[in-house]
Amino acid sequence: MAVTGILLVLFLVAHMLGNLKIFTGETAFDHYAHWLREIGTPLLPSTWFLWIQRTALLAAVLAHIGAATVLAVRARAARPVRYAHRKKVNGSYAARTMRWGGVIILLFVIYHILDLTTGHLNPEGVPGRPYGNVVADFAPERWYVTLFYTLAVVALGFHLRHGAFSAFRSLGQQTPAGERRARAAALGFAVVLCAGYLVVPFAVLTGLVA
Amino acid sequence: MNLTLRIWRQSGPADKGRMVTYQVDDVSPDMSFLEMLDVLNERLILSGEEPVAFDHDCREGICGMCGLMINGDAHGPQRGTTACQLHMRQFSDGDTIDIEPWRARAFPVIKDLVVNRNAFDKIIAAGGYITAPTGSAPEAHSVPVAKADADAAFSSAACIGCGACVAACPNGSGMLFTAAKVTQLSLLPQGQPERYTRVVGMVDAHDEAGFGGCTNTGECTAVCPKGIPLNTIGRLNRDYLAATAKRGGTPGS
Repeated sequence: MAVTGILLVLFLVAHMLGNLKIFTGETAFDHYAHWLREIGTPLLPSTWFLWIQRTALLAAVLAHIGAATVLAVRARAARPVRYAHRKKVNGSYAARTMRWGGVIILLFVIYHILDLTTGHLNPEGVPGRPYGNVVADFAPERWYVTLFYTLAVVALGFHLRHGAFSAFRSLGQQTPAGERRARAAALGFAVVLCAGYLVVPFAVLTGLVA
Repeated sequence: MNLTLRIWRQSGPADKGRMVTYQVDDVSPDMSFLEMLDVLNERLILSGEEPVAFDHDCREGICGMCGLMINGDAHGPQRGTTACQLHMRQFSDGDTIDIEPWRARAFPVIKDLVVNRNAFDKIIAAGGYITAPTGSAPEAHSVPVAKADADAAFSSAACIGCGACVAACPNGSGMLFTAAKVTQLSLLPQGQPERYTRVVGMVDAHDEAGFGGCTNTGECTAVCPKGIPLNTIGRLNRDYLAATAKRGGTPGS
């Protein structure tokens, strides 16, 4: 869980930084998107690096879901008779919602790819013109799309809050002081990532990016 | 105090079991929780009914025998306390209290509130020992131990093996228990020869017993009557990673 999670987190950071380029204007953003297809050239043919990256990410997602499924199946098998009265003692909302939160994030990722990568669910969906697609996607009259993105990104934030701490712990974080630092770092990282992702749709919604 | 109890009754391992409601009147707030159950059992015996079976031994919070899920809390609402040290002043007159056994596949119910915690013994047997010369006790000062290590090892050694960590874990994992039993030895110089075979053996025994996997939710440490910290599991994880990396070079593994 920890190793595949870290790979996905690295992608999330790169993706967020790429998104923020939308504030540098249409030409720069579209140029950046075009460059993503040219990474590795001329060593590799055009878009090869992109496909290598996509394959690695897909493998990481599948391994992450596989490990989570094993844990969920083991947890179900480990308690065949349920409690009649069960209380959440520690009450970490993020830790309790990891499994269903993960399912919500997966469904969002599928929608997101159909929306802004392939363009099938996008009102414009013009290949090679991501700036226009994003602006059309988060237009004020399509407020429900922005709402759905916001909910999905907040779900991702909760997932990261527990997931990042849990990854530190799984990879051997072992002191009480380090635990406090790891929890604070996970919370800070989740908040920064949420903010970085949400600023784009809200900039379009408020007309800052048009 | 007058209380309504809903208690899990199960005549044996094969019985399906059910929650049964009992009324207990005139309970003193100074009684311990187990004394309150004793009062109920005396009345059940007098009226010719089968008394409620529950585990108990020292009744001073150090043996680890007692263990009840009380209103969904392992060992009841008071933190850092075993069920035998829980007093009825924690409850109010007229309360309804749900009492259930620990729920885990690795802890099958023997009768009513008594579960079989043999799985913990199997984990201990898989690595809870050190290579020590027999004979007279060695001079205590001959092996220096850093104070911080001694303190951390002692906080792990405080585990009484009651099983509350498993009962509270949403995954039914016994990782806090396993981590306590691994680190109480791996932090000390005497535990070094078996350090890496121990952690692999004990985690394997844990998984074979049918416990779930740890997802670091922290429910275990919140209910632990001895306050074993969650970072104990981090120490186990670090040893486990080192052990799996070194395993090829370990004779007998």
